[in-house]
Amino acid sequence: MIKTLGLRLLASLVLLIVVPTVTFWLQAITPGNVAQQILGIGASKSAINTLNHQLGLDQPVWQRYLTWLGGFFHGDLGKSYITGDSVTGTLGGRLGVSLSLIIGALIVFTIVGVGLGILSSTGGRVFGRVIDIISTAGIAIPNFWLGVLLIGVFAVQLNVLPATGYVPPDQSASGWIASLVLPVIALSFAGITGVAKQTRDQMLVSLASPYARSLRANGASESSLLFRHALRNASGPIITVIGLIFVGALSGSVVVENIFVLPGLGSQAVQSTTQRDLPVIQGIAVYFTIIVVVVNVVIDIVNTILNPKARAS
Amino acid sequence: MIRRFRVLRQFLRRPLGVVSAVFLVIVIAAVALAKVVAPYNPLAQDYSAVLITPTGAHPLGTDQLGRDVLSRLLYGGQVTLVGILEAVVVALVVGIILGLLAGYLGGVLDTVLSRLTELVMAIPGIVLLLMTYALTNNNANAGMLVLGVLSVPTIFRVTRGAATVVRGEIFIDASRVVGVGKIAIMVRHVLPNVWGPIIVNASVLAAVTLGIQSGLNYLSLGVNPPAPSWGGMVSEAQSSLLQQPWIIVPSGLTIALVIVAFLLIADALRDATDSRSDTPTARPIRAAMDESRPVARPPKGVILAVDGLRVAFNGVRVVQDVHFAVSAGETVGIVGESGSGKTVTASAILDSLDDGAEVTGAVWFEGVELLRAPRSVRRATRGSGIAYISQDPMVALDPSFTVASQLGELVTRHHGLRGASRHKRVLELLSQVGLPDPAGTARRYAHQLSGGMAQRVSIACALAGNPRVLIADEPTTALDVTIQGEVLDLLRRLRDETGMAIVIITHDLGVIADLADRVVVMYAGEVVEQADAESLFALPAHPYTRALLAANPIASKRGKPLLAIAGTVPRPGTWPTGCHFADRCSFAVEACSSSAIPLAAVGKSAVHQSRCIRVDDVLSSKKKAVV
Repeated sequence: MIKTLGLRLLASLVLLIVVPTVTFWLQAITPGNVAQQILGIGASKSAINTLNHQLGLDQPVWQRYLTWLGGFFHGDLGKSYITGDSVTGTLGGRLGVSLSLIIGALIVFTIVGVGLGILSSTGGRVFGRVIDIISTAGIAIPNFWLGVLLIGVFAVQLNVLPATGYVPPDQSASGWIASLVLPVIALSFAGITGVAKQTRDQMLVSLASPYARSLRANGASESSLLFRHALRNASGPIITVIGLIFVGALSGSVVVENIFVLPGLGSQAVQSTTQRDLPVIQGIAVYFTIIVVVVNVVIDIVNTILNPKARAS
Repeated sequence: MIRRFRVLRQFLRRPLGVVSAVFLVIVIAAVALAKVVAPYNPLAQDYSAVLITPTGAHPLGTDQLGRDVLSRLLYGGQVTLVGILEAVVVALVVGIILGLLAGYLGGVLDTVLSRLTELVMAIPGIVLLLMTYALTNNNANAGMLVLGVLSVPTIFRVTRGAATVVRGEIFIDASRVVGVGKIAIMVRHVLPNVWGPIIVNASVLAAVTLGIQSGLNYLSLGVNPPAPSWGGMVSEAQSSLLQQPWIIVPSGLTIALVIVAFLLIADALRDATDSRSDTPTARPIRAAMDESRPVARPPKGVILAVDGLRVAFNGVRVVQDVHFAVSAGETVGIVGESGSGKTVTASAILDSLDDGAEVTGAVWFEGVELLRAPRSVRRATRGSGIAYISQDPMVALDPSFTVASQLGELVTRHHGLRGASRHKRVLELLSQVGLPDPAGTARRYAHQLSGGMAQRVSIACALAGNPRVLIADEPTTALDVTIQGEVLDLLRRLRDETGMAIVIITHDLGVIADLADRVVVMYAGEVVEQADAESLFALPAHPYTRALLAANPIASKRGKPLLAIAGTVPRPGTWPTGCHFADRCSFAVEACSSSAIPLAAVGKSAVHQSRCIRVDDVLSSKKKAVV
């Protein structure tokens, strides 16, 4: 068990190196001059050269990569091209905002998705149809439109929740929650679909399995079959899908933070993209990858605990 | 070619898919012809008509700069649709090539490519997209190409999975033997067999891509305002939300509708390419009961009686006219080939048929007719009245719980025992089924048990409710030969100890000879003969039973060739009018096929019945070769 977990952890750590490396070499192979793009088309040749030197862009690409990698292992992700501040300093204060949003969405789409999935696996034809329609809506209504619609209804028309902005939890707990309600709904909506579908499919597989048939025929109650046996055996595949959906939600958070003007990693990411501030984008890639790795490891641990076979080996 | 037309025909039968396809064609045509169709220049501002709701001049209203919303939608669609095309084409080309290579060639290449796709799926794609836009000066095409690459895993997995399945099929082996090259096989044989799932997934991918791309456009990535885009229009609408709520409707709804169209097309394609879709799948309808038929109460002493049982799925009968009775303490064997309806009959007794099944007839248990009984009665019968052990013990136990946990659950359910007394009862049951180390077994999971041990645990689970009848569906088939005898001995001992009746379903006449008092022979959904075991083996009165005995290694004489029954069991839905066995029977005459043959008494015997009009000839030809 420890060995399996260790191997998975190692695989996750590979991801941690691969993502920044890919983004770095993407920069190296893309034609175009960063200094030129930052300074604009009218910039003089000497100004461009000076900026290139300041940013270290006149060094060979291998050396730049090694320098960056060396810093990466010491927790130094370089400096912003635009502000000159350290990337970790710029992003550190924003991590909490993004985590609040993403973890909130994770909780919501897990609970609602699993709940809907269980209902639709037992609720018969009509209910299954309703779930299908909700599922289609989950993909069809993009998060940014849903976000704007939510603002339109709950902030503009009903005026019960703030339209935009973020309140830190140490300032006001209720304000913090209020500022997160609409963003979390907008971000989790698409994920509910995937979790519900997987839950339903896996529940139906479990309920049709020989052990469910035997247990039922020998007197196990319907509720025990559903919640004890079927759900437990479905949980592994459901959790795996939750992990994949979480990665998608991370991408979605960039859009959602911009809709609701939340000062997280996502809004910084878009700002840095328009400013061509590559070290900051690179840093965000690292932060996002760390989040993915942590979630993967947690999922592996949970799956191992849930699966007696994996636990024993 | 014909198959392709079949798919098209199937697709055209699905109204939602057709409507979506027509809608999509109209949208694409209108967007492509925006120059001709659009009433205004998408950038033309008109401050005299700002943020108006739909009018004749502006069918979808205007935005905050007085620009015509319809015209902006039509022009904006060009960026969107071209982008989708780029991303989907990249994902398809790369995904299909890699998927075919990995699925068909397998080996190291497969491992490497599969790991790579897992890696790509674990990457939050947005960071690569942002980097791309930052590096290419917000170039729309570059972003979509990267998005296409990020979508490769979806197509790769589908292609690889389908190619792996096709690889194992016979016609591929044949091509290989004939000497067709690998690439030719992939292009000519594998690809046509995987294109169904691929186009379904391509359609879903188009829907997902539209969502992501318009999200990027919302962030002004891949598009440079004031140039219109669907996502960008939602962003513009957000800033005018206070003044004019209508403005968020046209752009968002367009995106949503086009996504829905792609998804519905995918659904229709999935149904159309799925060969099973010719018959609609059965979904929950509670078993339909025929109330008109009077039900006769079985005589005293009979604990379980099946009377005129008929089961159909989607109107196709799988079992009909099944009659048999089980007395208390008796062992009845139901024997027949696969497809004879043994297991369906057992499922009907156990109330575990799929919900789509239509059941008629009667199942009597201790004087109560179960098919018409209220749910609570049927529920109370399970485990304590009628219990069940299944064919494959390794999958009959829940893999996630220990033996103690699942057996204990049944003990609590039937006897209300908890805690130490419950555990004591669990150990008693485990030692009753002959497990040498009950305490050790109780702590184990299913995967830690051998097949024989698992079957003993299954039997213990069935005994938990002290049942009056045990239904054992092929209880020894999945076990080693040495273990089979032990399990049969155990069943015999338990029957003698507890007095419960056993209904044992098998295709193995040896098991019948070993255990059964009485035998029911089934063929193609019907009971063809029943008798006490002795008469059946000594004097088989149906040609099928005789053929079955002749084909059995145990009954055959050393040195003589073993006889196989020519032909196959007719499938449900293809049953002949008269005798179901007529086509394979050497006794068959014209009358056998003209009308349904009833189950009739053999001679004066009350218990021996045969469904054969030539029963006298069958009995008198005892010495002759059987088939």
